Parts: sequence; C-alpha cells; structure tokens
Amino acid sequence: MTQNRPWIPYALILPSVVFLCLLFVVPLVQTIWLAISENGVPSLANMRTMAGDLNFGRSLINTFLLTLAVVPIQIIMALTMGSMVSKMGGGRETILWIWTIPLGISDLAAGMVWLSILQNTGYLNSILFGMGIIERQTAWLTYQTPVALFIGIAIAEIWRGTAIVMIIIVAGLNQVPKEFKEAAEIFGASQWTRFTRITLPLIRPALQSALILRTVLAFEVFAVVYTLGGRNFPVLVGEAYNWQNQNQNYGVAAAYAVLIMVISLAATLVYLKAIKVDPERLP
Amino acid sequence: MANIVIDNIKKSFGAFQALKGVSLTINDGEFVSLLGPSGCGKTTLLRIIAGLETATSGDIRIGERSVIGLPPKDRGLAMVFQNYAVFPHMTVFENVAFGLRMQKADEARVKKQVEKAAGLLHIEPYLDRYPNKLSGGQRQRVAVARALAVEPGVLLMDEPLSNLDALLRLEMRTELKTVLQEAGTTTIYVTHDQTEAMGLSDRIAVVHDGRIEQVGTPVEVYNHPATRFVGSFIGNPPMNFITMPVNNGQVAVGAQTFAVPAKGSEIVLGLRGETVERTSTGQGLDIQVRVAEPMGPHLLLTGSILGQPARVILPATEAVKNGEIVGLKLDASRLTWLSPESGVSYPVAA
Repeated sequence: MTQNRPWIPYALILPSVVFLCLLFVVPLVQTIWLAISENGVPSLANMRTMAGDLNFGRSLINTFLLTLAVVPIQIIMALTMGSMVSKMGGGRETILWIWTIPLGISDLAAGMVWLSILQNTGYLNSILFGMGIIERQTAWLTYQTPVALFIGIAIAEIWRGTAIVMIIIVAGLNQVPKEFKEAAEIFGASQWTRFTRITLPLIRPALQSALILRTVLAFEVFAVVYTLGGRNFPVLVGEAYNWQNQNQNYGVAAAYAVLIMVISLAATLVYLKAIKVDPERLP
Repeated sequence: MANIVIDNIKKSFGAFQALKGVSLTINDGEFVSLLGPSGCGKTTLLRIIAGLETATSGDIRIGERSVIGLPPKDRGLAMVFQNYAVFPHMTVFENVAFGLRMQKADEARVKKQVEKAAGLLHIEPYLDRYPNKLSGGQRQRVAVARALAVEPGVLLMDEPLSNLDALLRLEMRTELKTVLQEAGTTTIYVTHDQTEAMGLSDRIAVVHDGRIEQVGTPVEVYNHPATRFVGSFIGNPPMNFITMPVNNGQVAVGAQTFAVPAKGSEIVLGLRGETVERTSTGQGLDIQVRVAEPMGPHLLLTGSILGQPARVILPATEAVKNGEIVGLKLDASRLTWLSPESGVSYPVAA
C-alpha cells in the first residue's frame, strides 16, 4: 500500500512532529531567546545577573556535588541489584516489583516521605531517642547541619531514582546470554573477572543509557531538595524556580534553564564519547 | 590427557529425574558421543561433567581424581558451546587467548598457543577481527580454537555443529575429526545427530530418558542395537521391527530358517533396511511395496512385511513398481533379535 502512496508514513508521524514542535521546540527557542535578550534586543544581562547572584555559585556546586554523589552510587547499586536478581529462580518478578515501587511515587511525595523520617519529630529521631542514642530532638535538615542535610537529600534521591537505573541495567543484563558467563567460567575467570571482563563490556549500551538518563535527571533535581532543605540547599532548578515565581524575573529563570540544558547536553556528550558503543562488538 | 569415569550420576530437577543413574568410562584420548533425542539428559550430563551443574548424587573422576565439588576451572577441561559463546567484544585473538590469559600465561606462550590453535583451525587471517564480522562456521572454529589453545585434558562439546547449515556441518565434521585426532584430546561430544555421532566417535553412548541404553563403537551400535530405542533412533531409515512367530526355537522365513534364543512363542526381528538382497517371492521375507522411491544412490521401498510397516533399501539398479511384492533374502549375521516384551535385544552370539 505504501508503495503507491509514499506519503503515508510521513502523514502518520506528522501529528507527533507537530506536537513536539509546538510543545518542545517553540518553547525551547523562546526560552533561549528569553535568556539571551533584554527588551527584545540580544543581551547578556540575564546571564550576568544569574552569575552575579549570591546563590549561583552555591547552587551550581550543590547540584554537581549531588550528581557526583548520587549517580555513581545508583549505578553501583543497580548493578548489584541486577546481578542479584539474575541469580534468583523463583520470586524474581516480585523482588523487581518491590524494588521499582519508588518509581511510582512523585518527586514531591518522595520528598515528603523522607521529610517525615528526617524532620525533628520524624521517625529517625524517634528511633534514635528510643534506643537512647540521642537525648533530645536533633535537627538534621538545617543550614547549620549542611553535611547531614546533604546526606539526607542524597539518600532520598538514591531511594527515589535507583529503580529506573536498575530497570535499564536489568534489561541490559537480560541481553547477555548465560553461555558467555559459563564459557568464561570454564576457562577460569573468577566471578569478579567475569563481571568486569564479560558482563560490563557487554552491557555498555544499557550502562550508557542509564548514565545519561540518570545524570540528566540529577541535574534537574528539585522537588526532593525543596521539600527537605528548602533554600538551605540551593540547586540550579530551585534557583530557576525562585527567579520565576518569587522574583518574577523570567529572563534570569530562562538563563538558569538554558544553563541546565547546556550542562545536561555536555554530560551526554561526555558519556557518548567515554562509553563507546560499537554494535559490531555486542552479542 | 585424562580418562573420565562417570559413576552412577543422578540428577533431579524438582520431581523430574533428568538422569537416573548414569555410568560410563571414557578412555584417555578417546572420542565418545552422547547421542540422544532432545530432553534425554545428555546436555545435563555434559554440564555436570563441566561443573556448570551439580549432580544430585554420584561421582565423576577425571584422571583418577574426583572432581565433584570442584569449580569448572579446576577440572582441567575446556568446552565448546552450541551457540559458540565467542565473546563479541574481543578480537578473535583475544578470544582464543582467553583461557591462557586467565591462567596468567606469559605473552610468549599466549602468542605461541594462539598461533598453534589458529593454525589448526585455519583462522589465522581473522585474528584481528571481531567475531560479529565472521560467519557461523568461522565463529565455531574460533570456539574450538579457544578450547584447544589451553591444551585441555578433556574437551567437552555441546552440539557444536547444530547451528551450521548442512553443507558446512559436513565440512566442519570432517575437519573436527582431523583436528581432534591430531590433538589427541579426550573428547565428550553431545549431539542429537546420529550421522555426526557415527562419523566422529570412537564410541557412542546412546542416551534415552535419563539412562544410557547402549555404549559401543558406531558399527556395533548400528548393527546390533541393544534396545528397540537404539535401533529406531540410529539409522536412516530406522531399523525395522517385525514381530514373528517362533517354533521350537526357530523362525522360518520362506526358505530360510534361523535359530533364535527366544523362550516364548514370538520374537521381534530387528532388520536394517539395507542388509537385504532381492530374491524371488516366497524364498525369503516378502515385502508388499506401497511406495518405491529412487533416491539416487539406492532404491527405498516403503511397505509392509507380515502386515507390519517396514522400509528396506535395494540397489539403485533394481526396478520395483508401487504395489509389487518383492522377496527379500536375509543375512543371518546382520540380524538383531529382540524380546517382544522388554524391547531388549538378545546377545549377538545366538
């Protein structure tokens, strides 16, 4: 049918293209323009305001620190979890299902869950008090306890975001035929060698996707941080939100948005370069 | 080099008994095939020998040393897998070198062994390439070279040719035989293909339903199957089984009579289709031909003998029409007599 009417495939993808143009490309162009103009003339004023802001340096550092802390731990955890379920016979699906529960919870709700644990009257303090480890309520989430606050946010983020990494990794692990590992075992590779020399290289595509996705999401972290730390722990998206809503300065908010996009793109490029995926060398 | 003793190996998967007490001794340098239909337990047995699966009970000794409980790498063996399992992210050289690298062999030895194995399997031109660039046959050569490079005492092969097309399979079969004869490695070869087993093996162990039905040279197993299953599984066309009346320990077939060891009133004749000669009707066993098929090298007759389905083979020069009755002269030395109750054959001497 399509042989006589070659336009049919194009007609079929047209709605999605229009949709993406209207709701993605147009706002993107507008945002970039908003960021690099003032009163309709090209200008770097918004960028200068952003860079000169008191919270800019801190939010940039915080965002990077959080990403650097959270993403590697999530990848290692996901690899461990994926390897563990791959050795299971029965109950595998149930375990996977339980592990992916955090995926079904919104960022904000996840933040609330951890707030109920970590706030002054939260579960953590109750337990510590009950066990006699602390004598009175201890604050974990204030500007006076930056390390505790950072750890709390990181744990909440890890809890919330590891499942998606794990799903991608498990899918990748399922692609590796077990004969590869068995052959390696026969020829004398230890369990660790099998993992590093056989499994890891063969799940490169999954690893790459997981890293890109998780890193981009980590640079966009907001709701969990906002719930637990408020402005005590400024991050880039949080600053964009403040400039947009509190300061009503859309130009500076747009500048932040563009900065986040540039960082995400750069990270993606780094991953694409660093973890080369050669289809010739995959199963 | 090593001999292998498989001593009463049993394996259960839950309620299912995959191996029901298998014993087999394989001599040093011998090539033994485990032949059987899919699901008979032959691959499970191979994986138990390899150490990839644990036996429920029983013992395996390689070179007089029990290997039960030892990890695969300490058993002194190498394996070739059905789907090759050649690592796609390593060059052919690194694939062949893998076992040596794991043994931490020095670079000179790695190079020497890889070149030797690659030479045997004729894969020298591809050493720098990645396996996905190679054909199935070439990949299988890489898998065999990888196994031979470590100079294993025992080589295990799990249906190594079944993923190749027919022509390539024949070619690889011949080549494997040459290569393994040269290497002199004790080999256990799992296959469901009887021609592979017949062509390659010093001895064949026919596995059926978790048991070894017969162990013998290809000629023994073919000519004198121990059971009805072996006779019907090996040979194309399969062996004919014709139930015949016994009178005073003798079976009369036209002008021929055969002394048989049967005690009852009936016995089953196991008749290989190509062991007959044409004779005039009434002189031997008569076959009522339903279809005569000229196959090229021979003429295949399908029909019935004493009302029981049968297939026999005559020389291509014979002319037989559909529906014709043809007399067949039997060769006493090439007949197998089986018990009608148990399906087990009587000893050859009878």
